[in-house]
Amino acid sequence: MAAEELTLLGLWASPFVIRARIALNLKGLTYVYAEDSIYNKSELLLKSNPVLKKVPVLIHDGKPVCESQVIVQYIDEAFPAAAGAPILPSAPYDRAVARFWASYVEDKWFSTWLPVFSGRTAEERVEAATQVVAVLQTLEQAFKECSKGKAFFGGDTVGLVDVVLGGHLGWLYATEAICGVKVVDATKTPLLVAWAERFCALDAVKGLIPDVDRLVEYNKTRRAALGLPLLLPYAELQQ
Amino acid sequence: MARVGGELKLLGLWASPFVTRAKLALQIKGLSYEYVEEDLGNKSELLLSSNPVHKAVPVLIHNGKPVCESSVIVQYIDDAFAGSGPSLLPADPYQRAVACFWAAYLEDKMLTPWGRVFKVKTDEEKAEAMRQTIAAVDVLEDGLKECSGGQGPFFGGDSVGYVDILLGGMVSWVKASEPLSGSKLIDAEKTPLLAAWMERFCELDAAKAVLQDVDRVVEYAKLVMTKNAARASNNN
Repeated sequence: MAAEELTLLGLWASPFVIRARIALNLKGLTYVYAEDSIYNKSELLLKSNPVLKKVPVLIHDGKPVCESQVIVQYIDEAFPAAAGAPILPSAPYDRAVARFWASYVEDKWFSTWLPVFSGRTAEERVEAATQVVAVLQTLEQAFKECSKGKAFFGGDTVGLVDVVLGGHLGWLYATEAICGVKVVDATKTPLLVAWAERFCALDAVKGLIPDVDRLVEYNKTRRAALGLPLLLPYAELQQ
Repeated sequence: MARVGGELKLLGLWASPFVTRAKLALQIKGLSYEYVEEDLGNKSELLLSSNPVHKAVPVLIHNGKPVCESSVIVQYIDDAFAGSGPSLLPADPYQRAVACFWAAYLEDKMLTPWGRVFKVKTDEEKAEAMRQTIAAVDVLEDGLKECSGGQGPFFGGDSVGYVDILLGGMVSWVKASEPLSGSKLIDAEKTPLLAAWMERFCELDAAKAVLQDVDRVVEYAKLVMTKNAARASNNN
């Protein structure tokens, strides 16, 4: 397949864009990656996603597909000759379970995790971190239910929930460095922590999950650009 | 109606538009099922064990296995009963992606602010939430144009599809909006395609069988808002 047929508009730090790139890699698809700008959205982006004006956008033979989970499912369905195992299972009930947990991540993740960053006092951020850990503990149970003892939410191979949650791992790991609160805790969510390490080591994923240092710098730059004070990890939170 | 592919049970609440989505899908697919009306103040053991994460309706139980989340349920009904009734999602992957995009838009941009209308305390907050909801409906008019491709009145073209069912479940609440807030959510002058859609949708046998009585929804909504307001002032 010629590389010109597939273009992905993205931002390197976006978990949603990372999902789409992981899916493309899993399927062995070549594509042109176009880094857009958060400060100055490209004409192509505005034309391809006029409704939401957001990345990721996958452009296939000139036709845009928007919304990261829609893109991931499209990648799974539109390339029957592509390599790689199906991202969504074939059995209807297993698909429903995968979709349920993907929906859970979508609904709960940002709304629970963002307050860790936006909390104005140390107390607010510690409380928000407690909520994040609770979500991770639910996902720990989900992993048990979905993986059935295998390596991924998708079983032996990477599935929808792996991709949807996996896109967030860079920021998850960076939370402690940026906000001073611990959310990744192998004593509380051992299966999930082990899954995350395995996932990040995959060829399809390596290089896509941004380093903690890079995200720390990015967060500082973004906060400065938005006129927000820097988030200093409070000394008392480290105890 | 034929009993196809095993035992189906739906746990629901008569007023819930999300439950109505599941009922519509089951009806359109010609599936018979046992309906169990839940009491949210006294949730059944079956509900709590079937949906431990959200403890919410609808829950579809198929041969003892629970499926939760209305949009997941509708897709499951389409997948698991593929031979029964019309297909709810298009066969073509690109058309499917378009439908799923608009389904996500409906949930995030229209339903999220609309839900706030019933929960927020001040008139200003309510008005702002309604404004955002109506703005989303304006955009959804374009979505209807794109999904139907001029082939028919529905998002699915000439037959009812996934997005039709997701929006269709909300119809009695859409109609209740004018008596409740004074604003029409779907206004033939502003969004003629959606207004025509709503009319055609309500003519369907499935809709007639399943959609709630609008007056009953209005009374229920008033009760919910009164309860929320009382809870809010008790917390102050």
